[in-house]
Amino acid sequence: MSRSPRTLWQVFRAPLLLAVLSMIGLVAALIGDGLLDLLSWLALGSTLLVIAWYWSRPSG
Amino acid sequence: MNVKLWFLIHKWSSLVCTLFLLMLCITGLPLIFHHELEHLLEDEVEAPAMPADTPMASLDVLSERALSTRPGDVIRFMFWDEEDHPHQTFVSLAPTQDAKAEQARTLVLDSRTGDLLDEPGPPGGFLYIMFKLHVDLFAGLPGMLFLGFMGLLFVVAIISGVVLYAPFMRKLDFGTVRRERSSRLQWLDLHNLLGVVTLVWALVVGLTGAINTLSPIVVGLWQQGQLAAMTADYAERPAPEQIGSVQQALDTASASAEGMHLSLIAWPGSQFSSPHHYGVFFRGDTPLTSRLLQPVLVDASAGHALEPEALPWYVQTLLLSQPLHFGDYGGMPLKVIWALLDIITIVVLISGLYLWLGRRTSAARRVEEINNGGQEAQP
Repeated sequence: MSRSPRTLWQVFRAPLLLAVLSMIGLVAALIGDGLLDLLSWLALGSTLLVIAWYWSRPSG
Repeated sequence: MNVKLWFLIHKWSSLVCTLFLLMLCITGLPLIFHHELEHLLEDEVEAPAMPADTPMASLDVLSERALSTRPGDVIRFMFWDEEDHPHQTFVSLAPTQDAKAEQARTLVLDSRTGDLLDEPGPPGGFLYIMFKLHVDLFAGLPGMLFLGFMGLLFVVAIISGVVLYAPFMRKLDFGTVRRERSSRLQWLDLHNLLGVVTLVWALVVGLTGAINTLSPIVVGLWQQGQLAAMTADYAERPAPEQIGSVQQALDTASASAEGMHLSLIAWPGSQFSSPHHYGVFFRGDTPLTSRLLQPVLVDASAGHALEPEALPWYVQTLLLSQPLHFGDYGGMPLKVIWALLDIITIVVLISGLYLWLGRRTSAARRVEEINNGGQEAQP
């Protein structure tokens, strides 16, 4: 906890990446079927994996 | 940045909408799977197997059949959903074209034979109750608009939450959950983590939900705008006493909608057409265009079609908001992801409520905690 304060970019780079993945996931299934559906599940589902990973970590 | 102001915006926008949002998340959960649950709970009908090339019956036969099943009623709409209900024609009837929604009944006919497959009674059952609570709290348009306002407050709560996330996380790594100190700290960290990760999904579902509550207003705008302009020549004429064949109207309309699928036919005088026209609505066949409609208006007595016009942007926005709210456009895996994100939103709401209920310090101390990069201020 003694590190220097994080910049705005450091705070928001991970949320920003997840936001972009969510948007890809939301749009992909809307514009096509098949592979685009798969892309949608993976991209939107990645947010769930991130939550599962950090929630189940023994301690932060 | 004024952290105190954003803290108060986050607190009050959340507090006002939380209980309604919890209700919306809980009732929305079964609605994600409404098609599967209908199948399970409400022994849904299926059209009998017949050779694949069996042609569709004339719509005139189907409408005769519907009218004779409910004498005294008029047909308002016929609609189709070939993907989920193949070979079925849904016919919505009511005592008059402007009767209340509760008085309307929807018959299910076999599209090929005209046989009556199902005649549902007045709406009811588990899914209907979930649906009504979710859409309008059993309170009609005012209930709908109220929930839309709650949806907008939810959007404000999300945005103000993101603004507060910046100073709060200045000294913490992404995903930090401090478990060993106190349960308050653990839930505060989880609230921030779950909230920021599901940010875009929650914003989109919240915003499209709020847009969906405007649907009666959007339909009204279209009636008085584009529909009125397209049928201006008819404005002075009395409504026709005899209307012509619906099958002929469909044939005429199909000529100007090549490669599109039939979605709905609105009878003259119904909500989606003029007193003088059949409104024949077609849809495309990609996931995107299957949600966007193209109406063709056909003069119900003279039989000719009006030059079709694309629906205005506000109707298209509403039509596109529906799949993005329902999550029903990417198969079962997308529905499951939708449900899990919905459950995570419930956790965000409840943890937010817990943090507010379990408050032991003043708002000033919490603002200080945020300003301190998530470190509790020294007493």
